[in-house]
Amino acid sequence: MIKMNFHKKLPSFELRIDLTLDNRILAIVGPSGAGKTTLLQCVAGLKKPTGGEIKIGDKVVFSSEQRICVPARQRRIGYVFQDYALFPHMTVEQNILYGKQKKERSAERKLAANDILETLKIGHLKSRYPMEISGGEKQRVALARALMTEPELMLLDEPLSALDQNTRDKLQQELLKVQNQWRIPFILVTHDMREAEILGDQIIKIDQGKMEVMKKLQETVI
Amino acid sequence: MEFSITPILLSLKVAVASVLIVSCLVIPIAGHMAKRDFLGKDIVESILTLPLVLPPSVVGFMLLYLFGKNGPLGKLLESLFNIQVVFNLWGAVIAAVVVSFPLMYQSVKAAIESVDPNLENAARTLGAGEFRVFWTITLPLARNGVLAGFVLAFARSLGEFGATLMIAGNIPGRTQTMSLAIYFYSESGMTQQAMILVLIMTAFSFLVIYGLNRWGKGPNHRSKRGIMND
Repeated sequence: MIKMNFHKKLPSFELRIDLTLDNRILAIVGPSGAGKTTLLQCVAGLKKPTGGEIKIGDKVVFSSEQRICVPARQRRIGYVFQDYALFPHMTVEQNILYGKQKKERSAERKLAANDILETLKIGHLKSRYPMEISGGEKQRVALARALMTEPELMLLDEPLSALDQNTRDKLQQELLKVQNQWRIPFILVTHDMREAEILGDQIIKIDQGKMEVMKKLQETVI
Repeated sequence: MEFSITPILLSLKVAVASVLIVSCLVIPIAGHMAKRDFLGKDIVESILTLPLVLPPSVVGFMLLYLFGKNGPLGKLLESLFNIQVVFNLWGAVIAAVVVSFPLMYQSVKAAIESVDPNLENAARTLGAGEFRVFWTITLPLARNGVLAGFVLAFARSLGEFGATLMIAGNIPGRTQTMSLAIYFYSESGMTQQAMILVLIMTAFSFLVIYGLNRWGKGPNHRSKRGIMND
């Protein structure tokens, strides 16, 4: 369960967020510059909210009242960046292993990596560099890299926006499959309402920092 | 004609020592300056690049004042390491460090600043601390700028003249580096000896500039970064 209630001052408006989500997909839509990426960055610990509280599971990762601000590296959050942010000087395998703790035995690390690579059907790309693979493949690598850290929450910033429609449709289904397999909350930012409807169990719209619920979470028995 | 290679060897010694010291100083300082904002940053920045525009005699005078027998740093070095800087090769090294520092600093800082912050953020979300982010992401991606700075600092150290003359003097066989030797050979009519050193220096400088230009154009697709996020 993720609970957040915070505000962040931006140059031209204030972003105000009050959200609760369980192990399903929350889609956030809104025009460019509405504060969507800022919301993800605040949750990930890459930006500091002006005030409020963010709770991931039982752990408070940010609280202005208690003066808590857990750094990004300790939040156990998987983040897929808009343009994937794959490390260009590392192979796909090195990218994927970057977040895996060194203290785990290297055989175990490789095993876990192989597992994820196979699930996402990118095993054959292991020794390639990010410049040598397609957009859809990069997206899968970015997802695999984030999943390798065994996150408690996934943040995806317009993960499919740079892809053609075909690849997009395919990856939407894969995202749903991965989420179903991992059963962790996903927060997905998109500017495409159709995509939000396909992927989101819950949809909110952000405009000028204000949020509006567009699709409420259906109470389902899991 | 009598020709000694000692000035060449001394110049190389000075340049190698200087580049090693400058690299150790520049990388952490530039890393810090590129990523952090603090009060008085502009002033610190100006001080760090000042030797680039100061006349060599001014740098030489300052060094003489600081590292002279009675200067604060001169006394410290003598008591700690028993190193005497004035009229010593260490003086030439220090002069080379001071004048080549800004060149490498600017090159490294610009390269670090051009690294996509999202790549560093990605490393942070993958559990990397600031030190690991810097050594595994920022620095490898800034390597072209670091290497260019390295070469420029080496070339500048090799050619240092004014400040070196003031602090290390011109002692043949001890502190007489190539640039100093050229000046004194030509002053004392030893044109041929001066000519050889001039040719060596020119050829080397040409190679440095040519190499850097070629390198800038060369295929280095793997070092190119991904597109930036908004």
